[in-house]
Amino acid sequence: MTTDTTTKGTTATGETVLDARGVTMRFGGLTAVRNVNLTVNSGEIVGLIGPNGAGKTTFFNCLTGLYIPTEGEVRYKDQVLPPKSFKVTAAGIARTFQNIRLFANMTVLENVLVGRHTRTKEGLWSALLRGPGFHKAEAASRERAMELLEFVGLDAKAEHLARNLPYGEQRKLEIARALASEPGLLLLDEPTAGMNPQETRATEELVFAIRDKGIAVLVIEHDMRFIFNLCDRVAVLVQGEKLVEGDSATVQGDERVVAAYLGEPFEDAPGKEEIAEVEAAEANADAPTDAAPGKENDR
Amino acid sequence: MTTQTTTSTAAAAKHDTTPRGAINIPENIGRALATGGGALAVISTFLAWTWTAAFPGNLTVYGYPGGLQVLVLIGGALTTLFGLASYGIKGLGWLTPAGSDSAIKLAALGTFVTAWYTILAISIQLGGLVNLEPGGYIVAVATLVALLGALALPFERPVPEIADPEDTPWEEFLLAGRNSRSLVKACFASGTATPARTIPAYAEILVIVAAMALGLTVFTYGIGTEYDELFVGFLITAGFGFAALAKAGLVGRVSAITGKHRNVTMIGAFVAAAAFPFTQTDDQYATIGVYILIFATVALGLNIVVGLAGLLDLGYVAFLGVGAYTAAMVSGSPSSPFDIHLPFWASAILGAVVAMIFGVIIGAPTLRLRGDYLAIVTLGFGEIFRISVLNMDGTSGPDITNGSNGISSIPNLNIFGFDFGQEHTIAGFTIARFANYFFLMLLITLVVVVVFRRSSDSRIGRAWIAIREDETAALAMGINGFRVKLIAFALGAALAGLAGTVQAHVTYTVTPEQYQFAHVVPPNSAFLLAAVVLGGMGTISGPLVGAALLYLIPAKLQFLGDYQLFAFGMALVILMRFRPEGLIPNRRRQLEFHEEAEAPTVLSKAGA
Repeated sequence: MTTDTTTKGTTATGETVLDARGVTMRFGGLTAVRNVNLTVNSGEIVGLIGPNGAGKTTFFNCLTGLYIPTEGEVRYKDQVLPPKSFKVTAAGIARTFQNIRLFANMTVLENVLVGRHTRTKEGLWSALLRGPGFHKAEAASRERAMELLEFVGLDAKAEHLARNLPYGEQRKLEIARALASEPGLLLLDEPTAGMNPQETRATEELVFAIRDKGIAVLVIEHDMRFIFNLCDRVAVLVQGEKLVEGDSATVQGDERVVAAYLGEPFEDAPGKEEIAEVEAAEANADAPTDAAPGKENDR
Repeated sequence: MTTQTTTSTAAAAKHDTTPRGAINIPENIGRALATGGGALAVISTFLAWTWTAAFPGNLTVYGYPGGLQVLVLIGGALTTLFGLASYGIKGLGWLTPAGSDSAIKLAALGTFVTAWYTILAISIQLGGLVNLEPGGYIVAVATLVALLGALALPFERPVPEIADPEDTPWEEFLLAGRNSRSLVKACFASGTATPARTIPAYAEILVIVAAMALGLTVFTYGIGTEYDELFVGFLITAGFGFAALAKAGLVGRVSAITGKHRNVTMIGAFVAAAAFPFTQTDDQYATIGVYILIFATVALGLNIVVGLAGLLDLGYVAFLGVGAYTAAMVSGSPSSPFDIHLPFWASAILGAVVAMIFGVIIGAPTLRLRGDYLAIVTLGFGEIFRISVLNMDGTSGPDITNGSNGISSIPNLNIFGFDFGQEHTIAGFTIARFANYFFLMLLITLVVVVVFRRSSDSRIGRAWIAIREDETAALAMGINGFRVKLIAFALGAALAGLAGTVQAHVTYTVTPEQYQFAHVVPPNSAFLLAAVVLGGMGTISGPLVGAALLYLIPAKLQFLGDYQLFAFGMALVILMRFRPEGLIPNRRRQLEFHEEAEAPTVLSKAGA
């Protein structure tokens, strides 16, 4: 950990929510993420940036239970993360996807209700017998889902099919769906990809509003202005290693970061072949874990 | 390039998209011809079409339509009705919310095809046109006039694709095909439905009752068709009639109403189904009825697995077999290895539970696979069941299932002293053995329908749909994919087992070859899946309708002989090409297959 306790704006840094210690992920002989430490405290927005192929998504997948780190461990509120993505969600880490993965043919409300899955208990018998408990739980779920839709501003479109929403609203819906699982930490994977400046601004507001609810946020993003406006702390990942971590000014001023992004030669700059290698290795690692969740183009 | 673009714009400019008919007759004359032709066709069905009763159905009587004449009568009446509606007659507008023109065209076409099919069948069967009486000529002319009149009705012409001068002749041919197809499509395209005037709730319930009564009538008529010509005519008229009603927007309007009153609809449908044995004098048709119900119930159970959770199960019939064998073994049958005779409620529960256990045993290792792999493994397990049962005959294995002879002489059920093997008289109607089982099976179907409805509209049902839509995202939402899929698999298995317990008693005997992957007689895994896909995945009424059709069509098309399965396969291929979402589509599914079609922004409950 670098000395980086300088946080800007509201200094509501509370307890440590996420604590990744020495996370290393190897695919065969290739190390995609090497000995990365990262903590996220409650009430904090942390950004994760890095050039393409730096291992951001691999690291992200280690946090969401899609991959199990080869070395090191990830703790969420002092509990080591379980190795299954649905258990991670149940533990309190929710995520969105880089390429939107809504349940396209379900309504907006139904999408959020699916997000409530881990916070409700009603099983098959309860659904078949339809006792008073079932109706109560269902009504409570709906109410909570509508609250969340109101929060992101989609309450008027609750009965629309998710696929019919405009792009920006689909992003919002994905966030609402993730929030439905009542997470303590929200992981956003490129939340503004493909957005125009207005939509990006709106997303910024939304992320601040989420932070104000007491939910810690970890964002991966390419939009630097967005990241530096938003984040209390930014970590830079280059070639699988954490290069620097600190507030926006520190990171922006760091010459190694500038070098990594602008491609100026420095001692350990990732060559093109290496990037390709990392990506190929990641793709390969996906293939054998067929039954495990992680495949992108699955039915 | 420049020359090319100029020519194509010139061609596009030349093309005129003002609405006009397919045939050059003025619109008002065409409309009059269609309506009048329909009316004349109705009148002609009261005349004799042929001189001899040798043609089945006796079309020789004046003043009393028989056989195929009834179908033409219905088609003609429908054409006239839509014709009158297009003149804006008060009260008929409710029937055609999406415009009546394309409905007239389809109704006229259906009437024409049925009538000319009849005329040709008479001529060919009796040897020549001389066998036609004047009524036959009149109906031929009347339906032709109605069709020509209907085709003269104007429609919005699509802009044809422009040929590329560098096209090969083959490409030009394809282009011409595409253009004429879009023209035909536009010809029968219907307008957007106008929103319905709100009618009081009692009137909506009356509409539902009328729809159910119509459904029962059509179904009863179809089951009762006594000769091949009539059944073919029935298929033609019913198909075109339904298409015409759908084009008029009436089907959409009624399904909106049924979606609003789902409980009333369900009760209405079951009352209509329960009325079926009372409409029959012969237990023969109740037999068909009970087999259809068994088939449909199992298909509905499969729809939970395939339609909701998206798990392609090709060995589903094995669970029906497990239920049937379980019930047979505890029925007190002399060929059962166990000398137990449980009451029906106990054997039904036992059958369902045993099937569920088998479901879990088979599901636990296989559900970790996805997609095609799951299909192959379930196919294998289905065959393992059949072959194991075949070999547990005392020589190749332990003597449990009596091998290929199966368990025979399964006694009839007796619930509270009501002997299912005996004839009973209820309110003056004789209810024989198969009708008794029909009622019992209907009860089981009701159970399965309720289970389907309740489970699909709940936390677990949403999890199934989420898994089907995107498994990775569903897992990231905290859904334990394996557990949820296993529940779907086990529930489906239990429902099939439940249906199997009744099936064992209905058929007297259970043998391994009843539970193959593919076989000529339904239910088998291939037919079950076909029923689900044909009817519409993820809906309740879809598999019921699909199963009824899949049972009736092979049973009624016996005259095709060896080509029966071939024709059947062709029909399935054609259907899947043009309506991949099934006959009664789930709104969600329909969107998946018709991306280009404008999607309704709001998902109504009607299609679900």
